Amino acid sequence: MMNKLLLTTALTVCLALPSVAATVAEGDKLAENQEYTYWLLDAIKSMDPQINTDVEGSGVLRALFEGLYDEDQVGNLVPGVATGYELSDDKTTYTFHLRDNAKWSNGDPVTANDFVYAWKRLADPKTASEYAWYMELMQVVNAAKIIAGEMPVDDLGIKAVDDHTFEVKIEAPLPYFPQMLTHASTFPVNQKVIEQFGDKWTEAGNLVGNGAYVLKEHILGEKVVMERNPLYWDDEHTVITKATALTINDNSAALTRYLAGELDRVDIPAGQYPSLKEQYPDQAVSVPQSCSYIYMFNLDEAKGPAALKDVRVRKALSYAIDRDIIVDKILQGGQAPSYNWTHAATAGFEMPDIDYSHWTQEERNTKAKELLAEAGYGPDNPLKLTLNYNTSENHKKIAIAVQQFWKGVGVEMTPNNMEWKVHTDKMQNQDFEVARYAWCGDYNEASTYLDLFTSYSGHNNGKFFNDRYDAIMKESKTSANPAPLYKEAEQILAENMPFAPIYQYTKVEMIKPDMRGMSTHNLMQNWYIKDMYRVAN
Amino acid sequence: MLVYIAKRLAVAVPTLMLLIIISFLLMHAAPGGPFTQERQLPAQVLANLEAKYGLDQPLWKQLASYVWGIIAHFDFGPSFIYKDRTVNEIVAQGFPVTLYYGFLSFLVAVFVGVSLGIAAAIRHNTWLDYLAVGVSIGAQVLPNFVMAPILLLTFTYWLRWLPGGGWEGGQWQYVIMPVIALSTSFMASIARITRASMLEVLTSNHIRTARAKGLPERKVIMRHALKPALLPVLSYLGPAFVTMITGSVVVDFFFSTGGIGKSFVDSALNRDYAVMLGITILVGSLTILFNLVVDILYAWIDPKIRY
Repeated sequence: MMNKLLLTTALTVCLALPSVAATVAEGDKLAENQEYTYWLLDAIKSMDPQINTDVEGSGVLRALFEGLYDEDQVGNLVPGVATGYELSDDKTTYTFHLRDNAKWSNGDPVTANDFVYAWKRLADPKTASEYAWYMELMQVVNAAKIIAGEMPVDDLGIKAVDDHTFEVKIEAPLPYFPQMLTHASTFPVNQKVIEQFGDKWTEAGNLVGNGAYVLKEHILGEKVVMERNPLYWDDEHTVITKATALTINDNSAALTRYLAGELDRVDIPAGQYPSLKEQYPDQAVSVPQSCSYIYMFNLDEAKGPAALKDVRVRKALSYAIDRDIIVDKILQGGQAPSYNWTHAATAGFEMPDIDYSHWTQEERNTKAKELLAEAGYGPDNPLKLTLNYNTSENHKKIAIAVQQFWKGVGVEMTPNNMEWKVHTDKMQNQDFEVARYAWCGDYNEASTYLDLFTSYSGHNNGKFFNDRYDAIMKESKTSANPAPLYKEAEQILAENMPFAPIYQYTKVEMIKPDMRGMSTHNLMQNWYIKDMYRVAN
Repeated sequence: MLVYIAKRLAVAVPTLMLLIIISFLLMHAAPGGPFTQERQLPAQVLANLEAKYGLDQPLWKQLASYVWGIIAHFDFGPSFIYKDRTVNEIVAQGFPVTLYYGFLSFLVAVFVGVSLGIAAAIRHNTWLDYLAVGVSIGAQVLPNFVMAPILLLTFTYWLRWLPGGGWEGGQWQYVIMPVIALSTSFMASIARITRASMLEVLTSNHIRTARAKGLPERKVIMRHALKPALLPVLSYLGPAFVTMITGSVVVDFFFSTGGIGKSFVDSALNRDYAVMLGITILVGSLTILFNLVVDILYAWIDPKIRY
């Protein structure tokens, strides 16, 4: 946490932190076999840092490439290609110093120009990256206009001062800017290789990266094999020799293969954590993960149901949900019941005092009934609602439970199961009454959640608008200490209840007991194979 | 015969065309698109993407350029989801896999199914018949999505005999479980059809004649009964063969074979238009082809049939 404070508060910072690559703990004897095999739910969609969109792809990219900064096992920034930076007095110009021993896997040196090329490539409309908006989110000067095609890509506010100095100008001070640099879309790419191979540059054999590993094999839907990159600047401290990611679409099948010794790490299927924990106490782990699960209410002027425009109804619906039953009886993976929006473990986030979180469920139910009666709903005039959710065993179980909770306060809810794309499409067109929704943080800071409910957010599908809320979120962008503002924003959400919070995610996994250096306490689940090692029994 | 084949192939072209048009329209009628995601894309980014993949064009134009790409360059377009790959590459990687385990499953299903069916028919109402019927009903009611996890638990977890998945270029230990999982229910169907049809043939006049003139039972079965008994089986085998070689989503799903069965289902869910169309065309062409093969085989087995 200290590093973060340092990064966000000091005016001019020059960071020179020790690197953490596989710091083998004292007394640990390394095993002979240093191969690591882990599980992927689905095939990797792209190995191109600027094209990739999903979490699993990012995991592989963090092994094949390296950005300005990495994260350590608890999520603090540690130097990657950058060794440190200076921030201008107006807090809008970052000057990064790049290490001179960073190399591409073909032997070329990694220079500031590689970052310039990659960042421009991300913003360039010709690349058509789904993550182009990330440059906008980082507030890099002119990014928005370049993405919109209104300005040439060369006007992006970045430049290579020299081979080892990379300068970034941002539109306004952004306290969490450095944290955003561990995102895979900001990783450098090798221009020469991309120009030589075109669309085929990410194939094994063609791909040139600057990470601790090189791509040996990529068979779509079967596996990704990575081997040590001897040219990586910190190869000396890297221990795992070979990493294999196996795609197994069925989580239970993956668990079976883990138990048969074929995998070193796998997610635990829903509901199986308690029994596995009992059977394998040294292998089953449950750690917070930065995602929040809610039921969104449609407040749209035209399309939202009249009943939901009444805050008393929204509050009643939220109060009536027994979150303890959902996390303890349905999910059973150590998830936390949730009464707010931002994941509680988010760095620097202070949980506001939300009244109904202290009540007993009976108190909440009583209050819910009162509020509904006040709003004109009761046994003679029951409130009827539909809930949309996408196909998943857990979503279904939760929907059925909530249906029962709401029935208890006299609300008749009909759950509608739909295929993922249909569900999403309906949500984005405000074609729903109540809808299941989840959001995972892009970076470890509360604004990644709270920005969503501003009136100008592209993700505010429930169309909740609040002027004060917008003002707070705008102010937070330049504030030296945004924590109190975030707290107030959460209070506004609790008072207006544009959604019913349900639970906050945990990641439940099985990890082989001889594995070390796993980033299980990194809320963003950003882990690096170069930090791992196996110990001898 | 040649004229017949030429005619059938000529009809195949408009059939395929119709298949493409209907699939294309149905696909676009489904809500959402390839870039619809929970994390909604900013309008400008979406516009850039749609421009890149030509999705901003009117539907008829998209369809026309798609078809033209196939005719002119045998190019089935890029995947909208697996952006490093083209449809040709996805099919080139996945189809040989499903072809391999599908073809083996087919051989197993036919060999075991037909043998079981014949044995059951010849020893009608004996323990062998009951056993064969029992086995085939058992295999039929055990869907492969139940069977696959059971195989995994048995051979991978308990016995540790076989790896739990992957393909590794089709090494035998990776092929066994997919073949068992895929062939079982087909085997059961083949056994039941063979048995029923064999029973019927065995009571027909020409068999009675054959027996009356004193032919040994083995000859009666092999020379006189088998061929006509296989006719109904054959009409089942054509479509079954195509179904098997184009893969099974369940097999790909549980055993991570990387075959196109899973890609097909995924492409529909992901609205990966080009991949979906590409595989639809592949499956459609194969279906047309093997229906034709079956019809030709008919004529060979049954001299009464003439085209």
